[in-house]
Amino acid sequence: MTTVSEPVQLTVPQMLAQLQGTDPSLRYYAAWWLGKFGLEMATAAERQAIVKALIVALADEADRTELGGYPLRRNAARALGKLGDRQAVPALIECLHCEDFYVREAAAIALGQLGDPQAIAPLQALLEGGVAMARPVPGRPHLVQPVEAVIESLGHLGATEAIPLIEPFLTHEVPRVQFATARALFQLTGAAEYGDRLLAALASEDVQLRRTALLDLGAMGYLPAAEAILQAGVEASFKLIALHGILSKQLRQAAPAEQTLSLFQGLDQLL
Amino acid sequence: MSDLLAYIHAVETAASAPALHKAVVQLAQQKDTAAIPTLIAVLGYNNPPAAQAAVEGLIALGDAVVDPLLAQLDGDNYGARAYGVRVLGSIGHPAALRVLLAAAESDFAPSVRRAATKALGTLRWQLIPEETAREAQLREALTVLQRNSEAADWAVRYAVGVALDHLHQQAAACAIREAVCSLLNHLSDRDPDIVVRSRCQLALQRDCLSMHI
Repeated sequence: MTTVSEPVQLTVPQMLAQLQGTDPSLRYYAAWWLGKFGLEMATAAERQAIVKALIVALADEADRTELGGYPLRRNAARALGKLGDRQAVPALIECLHCEDFYVREAAAIALGQLGDPQAIAPLQALLEGGVAMARPVPGRPHLVQPVEAVIESLGHLGATEAIPLIEPFLTHEVPRVQFATARALFQLTGAAEYGDRLLAALASEDVQLRRTALLDLGAMGYLPAAEAILQAGVEASFKLIALHGILSKQLRQAAPAEQTLSLFQGLDQLL
Repeated sequence: MSDLLAYIHAVETAASAPALHKAVVQLAQQKDTAAIPTLIAVLGYNNPPAAQAAVEGLIALGDAVVDPLLAQLDGDNYGARAYGVRVLGSIGHPAALRVLLAAAESDFAPSVRRAATKALGTLRWQLIPEETAREAQLREALTVLQRNSEAADWAVRYAVGVALDHLHQQAAACAIREAVCSLLNHLSDRDPDIVVRSRCQLALQRDCLSMHI
């Protein structure tokens, strides 16, 4: 197993060959590696070959877990999301029907990253049955469908037609699903009420939930949350990331200096 | 003194995280240098609100904190080390320079690296009276800032911008002023991150006389 020592010394052709080889654990690693380094290290022609090989891997039958999961498919879907080539969209849509929850989840996230509106209808289909459908699977750490990932991706895709379908998930019993829903609805509508829901979650008893809400608010660039983020009971490194998200959005929108100055002061103090 | 011992005892025997936080706040309020070792110990307790209260208490005690803190800076606990480096940066005594240079250059923990990077700008450089010595040490700091301006982590590069802003405003750092401006200009044009670029532009726009802190 010399191949898994130093990712930076590996080459694209070597990893591409490994992905198309027969050793399941080497193929699994190669799919991860190509997703992480493919964009910066591969030539245009190599990227084509990588995407094609990863699409083939989405239908792999060889690599199975004891519970029937498809690890290679999961990593291939994740890699395809990162590589940004929309050729992969039809194959990823197929994966939304895979019996492995984690393949469906990875495909839903990747489809959000690829940004192709073709994916909107098939993603919406996973939410059919609404909150009542989205129950935990007994004995497993996840729900029947990857609703959190699906809702997030519908938000990224700007799927305003999905608003009525998404909105009921604000009352889902799992707080992370509620947060993802509020974040997506904020993206789709720009309405402050959804930002304010996450803002309220910064006062949650559970530090893990405070961190999640804080990172969500940062990713949304929700300016009214800046002061509460600075005061939240969360480590400085999380606050830095969140405030950076808010400030980036303000700066991209060319906000006036008097509005950004206090955000810069906040960042300075967090160092 | 016996009062202080009671406050120290309260910190050492606090039974819950909120009780610890409250005890540290009260100990810090005594503004007594005899509280220094206890406040330094709290930095390593993995209780962020209590550690923050200890940081503020230590900063308020000023230069008396520097030697004991340098002696107790925790090599194993990077959380405690980051708090300690923040205290050293805020107090700004140049006795901490060697430790801050090393931490800014090569500490494996990003939180320590960015705190130490910022601290290179907030040191009170005028406390090094001899000009040749001061300039040599400023140049050492500048070399580390130049290297960190190419860090992969935006927050380390942001800390470089903040340090340069402070150096830009310090009369005692005028020997390296040109190099400071040139690095600020470079980052404000070329950094890939919009927040880092804008922070450096802000530093360049400031009237250098009005903002000296």
